[in-house]
Amino acid sequence: MKPAPFTYEAPTTLGEAVDVLGRYGDEAKVLAGGQSLVPVLALRLARFEALVDLNRVDELAYVREDDGAVVIGAMTRQATVEADPLVARSVPVLAEATRLIGHFQIRNRGTLGGSIAHGDPAAEYPAVVTALDATVTVAGPDGQRQIAAPDLYDGPMTSTLSDDEILAAVSFPVWDPGSGFAVREMARREGDFATAGTVVGVTVTDGRISRAAISLFGMGPVPLRARAAESELVGADASGLDLAEVGAAAVADVDPPSDVHASGRYRTRVASRLVARALESALQEASR
Amino acid sequence: MSDPHPITMTVNGQQRSAIVEPRKTLADVLREDMRLTGTHLACEHGVCGACTVLLDGEAVRSCLVFGVQADGAEVTTVEGIAPAPGELSDVQAAFRDCHGLQCGFCTPGFVVSITAFLEKNPAPTDEEIRSGLSGNLCRCTGYTGIVNAVRQVVRERAGGPPNGGAPAGDQPSEGPPTQGVPTIAGHAVTTLPSAP
Repeated sequence: MKPAPFTYEAPTTLGEAVDVLGRYGDEAKVLAGGQSLVPVLALRLARFEALVDLNRVDELAYVREDDGAVVIGAMTRQATVEADPLVARSVPVLAEATRLIGHFQIRNRGTLGGSIAHGDPAAEYPAVVTALDATVTVAGPDGQRQIAAPDLYDGPMTSTLSDDEILAAVSFPVWDPGSGFAVREMARREGDFATAGTVVGVTVTDGRISRAAISLFGMGPVPLRARAAESELVGADASGLDLAEVGAAAVADVDPPSDVHASGRYRTRVASRLVARALESALQEASR
Repeated sequence: MSDPHPITMTVNGQQRSAIVEPRKTLADVLREDMRLTGTHLACEHGVCGACTVLLDGEAVRSCLVFGVQADGAEVTTVEGIAPAPGELSDVQAAFRDCHGLQCGFCTPGFVVSITAFLEKNPAPTDEEIRSGLSGNLCRCTGYTGIVNAVRQVVRERAGGPPNGGAPAGDQPSEGPPTQGVPTIAGHAVTTLPSAP
């Protein structure tokens, strides 16, 4: 249960971190909060020549408002996101989802960027990024670039960042007034990864849904969007919805994995109900 | 740089130095280099919570932090929780009173976690207590004694007696598990299992 030896690098600026990472190429791994990476190292599921620790890169820990979006530095601790007043006001579903991550000891150390870069398909943050159409800023040897949410993941725990890039920040667009959100998940025990889960966002204008987003997690190799169900929602009367029908539509084209925790069929049934409940709650919030 | 690194940290108020391999977890540095074996290691991959310590005041799993990362930090282990040698903190005393431990292996992690949890939330509901305990595993107690211990600390800090009822003028919502047994210095003396 001890990690294999590695070279430890502890840069103090993002620029320095990119330089150091570039020297090792795919032989190095970026260390953020370590709440997923260190277990992987301890179980020797992976080993790296070097770890580039971002914990002393202070410029990557912030929450700020920027042109209709809330921008959060990658090394912002999950506990900070959970308690941040700007997040609570402008991206409330992000705070709500944070409370479902692990336990408070994990959130004290775990980071926003670490979870998003890690890209566990059953994790909450990637699903929030996917639902809210967030944009990720990555820094590499050629400078910075943006990746939009739909292009962020290739497969399970595989982001489209290249080996010499570092996830620097995530920009969550603030939705219009009249919007409501909810996250719902089913886990065997508190703090476990979800068997199935969903993040729902809706905007209601004059009693009709003008914008809808439904993301599913634990339901495929990457966080999914239920695009067909969303487009059925847009234009619908917000008070006359058959929630169960929307739930069923959201999982109609999904083929979730079967594993030791649950069969794919069970996941589908659970997710369908979760979508219905999340949508109900989101609609209530939107009408407040 | 995979060579050993010199590190210095403040552990339980004392400055301590060591020379450690980067791959050595904070838990192992505390146990092997600082000789503070109160921090226990069970799963060593972040599941059980036995190794919980305070890192710059926040409860973290010390098996998921490398010792080199704690260079310059302030660390509090279970050895640093009591107010003075030979004394117990109120959390530790409540564990004794309420049979919050049996084999005791998980206890350091619980004591540190609960100390931090009550710092943030001094008046938790039962649901919040259980949620706050969910990051620590105990294979002996079934958690009931541990939940009772947290309730006792909450009562005491709100001005109630350690194992009596509620403060004067208040109706106790639930009887303490050790009501009616002999006490010394306010703490129950019994080896009988409690049946709340």
